[in-house]
Amino acid sequence: MIVAEQKPLEEIRRLIAPYEKVLILGCGTCMTVCGAGGEREVSLLHSALRVAQTRGGDEAHNFLEYTVKRQCDFEFLDMLEDRVGEVDAILSLGCGIGVQVIAERFPDIPVLPGVNTSFMGASKEWGVWDERCAACGDCMLAETGGICPITRCVKGILNGPCAGSKSGKCEVSSDIDCAWVLIYERLERLGQLEKMRRYYPPRNFRTIPRPRRIVSKADIDLGGNDG
Amino acid sequence: MAKSLFEERLNSGKFLVTTEIGPPKGTDISEMVHHIELLKDKVDAINVTDHQSSVMRFPSLGGCLLVREHGGEPVFQMTTRDRNRLALQADLLLAYSRGIRNVLCLTGDSVDVGDHKEAKPVFDLDSVQLLRMIRIMESGKDLAGNDLKGAPEFCIGASVHPATDSIEPQLIKFDKKVEAGAQFFQTQGVYDLDCLRRFMQYASQFNVKILAGIIVLASARMAQYMNDNVPGIVVPQAVIDELAGAEKGKGLQKGIEIAVRLMKMIKDENLCHGVHIMAVGREGIVPEILEAAGVGIGAHV
Repeated sequence: MIVAEQKPLEEIRRLIAPYEKVLILGCGTCMTVCGAGGEREVSLLHSALRVAQTRGGDEAHNFLEYTVKRQCDFEFLDMLEDRVGEVDAILSLGCGIGVQVIAERFPDIPVLPGVNTSFMGASKEWGVWDERCAACGDCMLAETGGICPITRCVKGILNGPCAGSKSGKCEVSSDIDCAWVLIYERLERLGQLEKMRRYYPPRNFRTIPRPRRIVSKADIDLGGNDG
Repeated sequence: MAKSLFEERLNSGKFLVTTEIGPPKGTDISEMVHHIELLKDKVDAINVTDHQSSVMRFPSLGGCLLVREHGGEPVFQMTTRDRNRLALQADLLLAYSRGIRNVLCLTGDSVDVGDHKEAKPVFDLDSVQLLRMIRIMESGKDLAGNDLKGAPEFCIGASVHPATDSIEPQLIKFDKKVEAGAQFFQTQGVYDLDCLRRFMQYASQFNVKILAGIIVLASARMAQYMNDNVPGIVVPQAVIDELAGAEKGKGLQKGIEIAVRLMKMIKDENLCHGVHIMAVGREGIVPEILEAAGVGIGAHV
């Protein structure tokens, strides 16, 4: 899933400063799960902004709050039309994708990002998220024991550990496991160390010509004729 | 015919000594030139570091050109941290055209340990891929398979870390570097000769030359700092204690003493093919170390 962090309140206040009526828009999918911008966070942010406004005494915003199921899906945005018509700006607590889809769907109204989108990751334990996928477009997890060196090695190198690996930890921080030591241990356990001995050529960055697009090859029946 | 003077020396069977020079942060190259003059006739080759510890400096390639101009034999340290494959190949073409014939292929320290922590880390290639890319260029092609008008030829080397606590993954990488064409290895700093002996038992099956890394420490504090902050450095506690036991103001003398002792033992036992002295900003003391250890070009006779 996509993991994000809410921006600091002061930054959000600067972003919304020029706008009187602001819709705080949550997202019911990833942002809800990672606690950066679901219904609960929309409500908490709303309260925090009102308290800050009362204390500051120099701004007078009106806030609306709402949370859609998925901001990154046009299908769920039609229902926003009326609310959007009432406000001067949308403060989106969706990820970077959500913010952009909202902007595309409502081209006449400013959309402001309320979160910093961080990475694609997994919840290690409650409240702790670890990055796991870099969306490189050329998955090599079959060769590396299910541990991604592109994401989990600071240098993203493909042919084994650098010399900075110390006691199984990364040269950047003793809190970060050396991905290549993890890969070695896992491949050894699987009896597949020959995979680590193989040479991996330089990555093909043509798999990520930005912006990327995927067109489904599946035969999709849109069901248009039957209504 | 040898590809370089250094390659000729590698194949001579003599106990080799290389050292490194760290370029300045700025345009004042006088001290670097002084060090080049001081060392060029005493060692078999002079490495020039490539933004060592990810700290921005005068470039390695520029330093190598100066070594050439002053009649020394440079080893061009090239990391993959700051340049993509286009820039790496271009610099190799330039290096070759100006007489630089030895390249040490490194991945490079991470950007996070240096002084430009917000920079974009490149790492388009890793060290093994860089070694292979050079061999491809020697065949007259660039990495995309296009013809080169004039192909370079380099004596290429890499680094290895014989004293790491997870040696098996390192050895797999060492094997890959050998297969990729590495002819020589300059190791990370070695203090524990048992580690080096074990590594050499393994490495001696390959036709590559191993130069043991000797880092000259100036104090227990410096050793501890390097242990904590410098990637790839493991100074054993016994060495730190020995430095700590030195008289006040004699830390560097003790560090030199330790370096000389290690070098003598390595040479006397014929443990490996030579040593690579890293004086980390104190290049001026290297001649004294060479003399005390009885190594270097003057000592070959």
